[in-house]
Amino acid sequence: MAYLELQKLHKRFGDFTAIEEIDVALEGGEFLSFLGPSGCGKTTALRIVAGFERPTSGRIVVAGTDLTNVPPNQRDMGMVFQAYSLFPNMNAEDNIEFGLRVRRRSGAERRKRVDELLELVGLSAAAKRYPHQLSGGMQQRVALARALAIEPRVLLLDEPLSALDAKVRVQLREEIRRLQTQLGITTLYVTHDQEEALSVSDRVAVLSHGRIEQIGSPGDIYNAPGTPFVAEFIGTMNRLEATVGDEGEVQVGGTLLPVADARGLPRGERVLVLVRPEILALERADGAGASGALLGEVVAHIFLGAITRVKVDAGEHELSADLPGARAAELPVGSRVAARFPADAGRVLALSEQPRASGEPAPAGP
Amino acid sequence: MTRRIPRSGWVWLAIGAAYFFIPLAATAEFSLEEGSGYGFSSYRQILDDPQFRDLLWTSFKLALGTIVVSLIIFIPTVYWVHLRLPRLRPLVEFLSVLPFVVPPIVLVVGLLYVYSVNWVPGWFVESTRFLVPGYVVLSFPFMFRALDVSYRSIDVHTLTEAAQSLGAGWGRTLLKVILPNIAAGALSGSFLTFALVMGEFTMAHIALFNTFPTYIAYIGQTQANPAAALTIISFGLTWLALLGILFVGRRPGRGAVSVGGAR
Repeated sequence: MAYLELQKLHKRFGDFTAIEEIDVALEGGEFLSFLGPSGCGKTTALRIVAGFERPTSGRIVVAGTDLTNVPPNQRDMGMVFQAYSLFPNMNAEDNIEFGLRVRRRSGAERRKRVDELLELVGLSAAAKRYPHQLSGGMQQRVALARALAIEPRVLLLDEPLSALDAKVRVQLREEIRRLQTQLGITTLYVTHDQEEALSVSDRVAVLSHGRIEQIGSPGDIYNAPGTPFVAEFIGTMNRLEATVGDEGEVQVGGTLLPVADARGLPRGERVLVLVRPEILALERADGAGASGALLGEVVAHIFLGAITRVKVDAGEHELSADLPGARAAELPVGSRVAARFPADAGRVLALSEQPRASGEPAPAGP
Repeated sequence: MTRRIPRSGWVWLAIGAAYFFIPLAATAEFSLEEGSGYGFSSYRQILDDPQFRDLLWTSFKLALGTIVVSLIIFIPTVYWVHLRLPRLRPLVEFLSVLPFVVPPIVLVVGLLYVYSVNWVPGWFVESTRFLVPGYVVLSFPFMFRALDVSYRSIDVHTLTEAAQSLGAGWGRTLLKVILPNIAAGALSGSFLTFALVMGEFTMAHIALFNTFPTYIAYIGQTQANPAAALTIISFGLTWLALLGILFVGRRPGRGAVSVGGAR
């Protein structure tokens, strides 16, 4: 049963529409991320859930209770902010204790709970330190402990890792996920970092211009982007403009490519074929006329550690293919290559930019 | 600052110091004159004068009253401007300069006019409490600047929202979260207000009240040497107040206080 519901949220600031419509429900204990570029409405949506903003229309419901008009301090929601949210005049311990004092818990209970939480976030040794004596990562751990101390009904995280170093970021996001799973707390997470969202969430909602473009498991979002926007935003994608040909074939430039996903589309329709760089295979093309493949010339190698991204100039398209280093070395810059992908790996989207959530019929346009 | 001061810097510093120090030294010298020699009789005369202690105490109470009222008014006001009404900032900033532009004499005449209505109680109008609202207005620029700087140095929005998400109401947020973090500014504003009230002459004089500054003026017009002694005494008091700010402001765990740029 849905635990946290954002029902038909709409928010305008004067002439500016921050949220067109967001309608989503989280199961109890679910970890949902709002992912999108800045200005897509993700933070506004989170702030409406927290009670810092009122929606222009729509409701926030937790466990069947409408909280839309409840002030933020009575919502029982733990929130972790981007940065600088710890009270500078209190040490780590007092920060965590704050919410318990507000709730008038007894001294013994408070101490016990604070110790538990410090241990949970691995900061027992830093209990007496003030925020300015803690690193950015430690500050965010304290902030997390402080939010969890009140045993909130919902945990809200507003880009909590965006101010941290890359390494700490990865470490802390795994820790957030571990704590969230351990405590079974319903969590709404806002981020613009797709890797972050995909790695920690049960489900990801990709937002753009105040709407949910697509919502689904990280695997769905990555493997089956429902709209060109999602395809573009999540990971790297080769985009091939094509025309639908015979059953299960598309025509890119003068080349016919088998793409299973194109089956059933009207012949002659303009579409976008999306292929992940790791799916694209390259082979040396000595003569002309490798059928079912795009021909081109290797123009660059980009070293990415475990893999090398090989850029191929294929006439009207520039392609990227991720290959193991040794394989890429066999195709130096200047080589003529044929690029192909399995027929069932390419994803086809109509070019009309109509949102088409996977498995659902396309909603009516605006 | 660890930068070394160049030699020409020392020359300018010496000229500047002389500009302040020579009149002070001259006044001190004059205050110690006694017939053809030197002595402390002028100081003794001032310190033995019961009016000196009474009026010093009066001004001291006025200063405390003014500080309390301005803190109660301005701490929440500046907080609210930072939190919810940032667009009003230019207006508030403009208002905060008004006391410098509008002469105190205009202010006091205005106050007299306002208080002439019947419902203002006698215990208020007939005592020096009368002066407090005027002094609060005069202290506004100092209080506002000091608090404004403090509020700007903390993330008012995030701290407020963090406190609220943890269940705190407005009162607790202001008292336990905001106030401790702007205490340095409130303190520095308070000391400036203190110095202001201890030296305010025009309003007290026009409204026919005797305060410490009117006493200084009176002595200055009647007794030359004791007036110089009194100047030195009040100078010392002001200095103590400023040292107080610097001392309290340097306590660890608080934001540093600055008085007109000094730290």
